[in-house]
Amino acid sequence: MSMNVAFTLNGKAVSAEVEPRTLLVTMLREQLQQTGTHVGCDTSQCGACVVHVNGQSVKSCSLLAVQVDGAEVTTIEGLAENGELHPMQAAFRENHGLQCGFCTPGMIMSALDLVQHNPNPSETEIRHWLEGNICRCTGYHNIVKSIKAGAEAMSAGQSKA
Amino acid sequence: MYNFNYHRPQSLADAGSTLQNVEDGKLLAGGMTLLPTLKMRLAQPSDLIDLAQINELKGICQGDNGSLVIGAMTTHAEVAASPEVQQAIPALAQLAGGIGDPQVRHRGTLGGSVANNDPAADYPAALLALNATVRTQQRSISADEFFVDMFETALDDGEILTAVEFPRPKRAAYAKFPNPASRYAMVGVMVAETDTGVRVAVTGAASSVFRVEAMEQALTANFSPDALKGIVVPEDNLNSDIHASADYRAHLIGVMARRAVAACLGAD
Repeated sequence: MSMNVAFTLNGKAVSAEVEPRTLLVTMLREQLQQTGTHVGCDTSQCGACVVHVNGQSVKSCSLLAVQVDGAEVTTIEGLAENGELHPMQAAFRENHGLQCGFCTPGMIMSALDLVQHNPNPSETEIRHWLEGNICRCTGYHNIVKSIKAGAEAMSAGQSKA
Repeated sequence: MYNFNYHRPQSLADAGSTLQNVEDGKLLAGGMTLLPTLKMRLAQPSDLIDLAQINELKGICQGDNGSLVIGAMTTHAEVAASPEVQQAIPALAQLAGGIGDPQVRHRGTLGGSVANNDPAADYPAALLALNATVRTQQRSISADEFFVDMFETALDDGEILTAVEFPRPKRAAYAKFPNPASRYAMVGVMVAETDTGVRVAVTGAASSVFRVEAMEQALTANFSPDALKGIVVPEDNLNSDIHASADYRAHLIGVMARRAVAACLGAD
């Protein structure tokens, strides 16, 4: 039996018929064609699937689509404005914060959640916060650098959290 | 995942009656254990009853004698960030802030963790050491009676955990040796000096959380890390797996207990 799920995705109302067992990440990727959110481990450990639900970072591989009915969902596709990268995205590019890029959407969504509570995180705080995000290229050093730079760019008043 | 029917009741009464009326219903709290279990097809409930919309199950308030009453659907992140919890039982806020990772803490709930009674979960140690009381729609159950065995609690079929009441301890601390990948406790020890005496609860080491009487007696006589020297928990009933052998876990219990006592004394 399928159910109708309706929520706000990156500021726009979306809805679809899904089976109750459909994961949020599956709905995003396969029904809404938003493939920026990745499926890595599919066991809620790697964080490639991190999106924001009502402003909080969560792992969309461990959430049913029906659970976000009525919620506000933000994915990596919702960050750039008018073709311009969000400062956090730009910081990842400038600081070589990605190698293969697979973990990057989750890293950025996780980083933005950190920065909204802690606008000027230390390296230690960033590393602790990233406990739920795994980079298989092991590029953590530049990821941490990128997040620090992104946070600084954001506090310099260049964009939204 | 096998398919199921999904319900999203707005009240505790509705959730209770839905649970009674379906064939094999399961309650969905944060889903941080249940959904991975379903994805691996280790369970096949006919119906999922999502408790997320039930306001009666949320929030943190003061109980009798300065105790804290925390609603079952309160997330780990909310407990960790709560000024009330940080002030009354800082060890509990610290424990909640060390569960899983930030994204898991945004979804995972106190009630879900406690009702699941995973042998490596953190919260059972807090409930047992702090002499907490589990509340359901119909009764109150002491932590000593609540945790029965691996993934088994005193909850009856159809019974819904609504809140946990934590008496305020004189002092308490939690020390955990996390599995570096999953962040579950390989061994976690909560030491608390409560109105009913010193209590030491161990999680992660055996099939279910347990108290260590020898340590409690030693700490009652002399509340210091040194008092625990030489007290060894027999390894016979401890877990042995790819992460740690039983004798290593037995050793870790002593180390974590001493660290928790030191933290109680402010010498962390």
